[in-house]
Amino acid sequence: MTCTDFLSQLTDYFDGQISPELLEEVRAHTAGCSHCEVVLNTTRQTIEVYRDNEIYELSGELRERLHTAIMVKCNKKAKKA
Amino acid sequence: MPAIQSPATEEIHPDVALVARAKEGDTAAFEQLVRQYERQIFRVAQHITQNREDAEDITQDAFLKAYEKLEQFQGNSKFSTWLVRIAVNESLMRLRKRKTSKTVSMDADVQTEDGAIPRDFAEWRPNPEQNYNQAELAEILRKTIQGLPPGFRTVFTLRDIENLSTEETAEALGLSVPAVKSRLLRARLQLRERLSRYFQKKEGRPA
Repeated sequence: MTCTDFLSQLTDYFDGQISPELLEEVRAHTAGCSHCEVVLNTTRQTIEVYRDNEIYELSGELRERLHTAIMVKCNKKAKKA
Repeated sequence: MPAIQSPATEEIHPDVALVARAKEGDTAAFEQLVRQYERQIFRVAQHITQNREDAEDITQDAFLKAYEKLEQFQGNSKFSTWLVRIAVNESLMRLRKRKTSKTVSMDADVQTEDGAIPRDFAEWRPNPEQNYNQAELAEILRKTIQGLPPGFRTVFTLRDIENLSTEETAEALGLSVPAVKSRLLRARLQLRERLSRYFQKKEGRPA
């Protein structure tokens, strides 16, 4: 497996959609290629750091304000119908 | 109304009953759907537009549009995927209005090979989350994702932040599965490259 082949399998690797044969090849490649091993580790960390840290969480106050506004609009629409 | 247990062999998503009730004019059922998805829709809109006021407007508009078009929802996909699709379209429209000189579409970013080839090969500190406080880390993550082209940002948001499947992401964006996979790879690699500047181990210097 070349570095380019490794990259082309990376999405399926992270999504758990890789065949056992290709998974073995990816493992063999990263065992012998330090650059691709770093890419694999740090890409995994990239995904995890975004999953673990919600950067746009809705505050309780804003959520209530938005919720009320949405329902006022929908109820108006329901009355018209 | 008490929840009805679905038989184990045939899993029916609880939204199906709520949507059916809402279609019959039960606004309380629709309100329950709003409650369930308002946080997600806001997050998606803010990730794509990178603007809080736009995200607030889009959240309202997306639910109103969903309410108006409820009859058109056939249940071929999950209600949440259908709703996300509406929010994505509203968000991209908003971006187009804001950046009149720039093309904003799901196809505009794929012309370039930028970010498809990794350049930074330094390992990160064992745990970046321990090296920054919560506010600093959030700022780094915001800055980094802001720098991605909208098409990549959108795919990464749906797939990796909102945890939609590849197929659901494709459906929500009107893209093919291979197109989603290709954009996702580039989005992940570009983010990795940008985060490396903050998180990599500095040889010979204190971390």
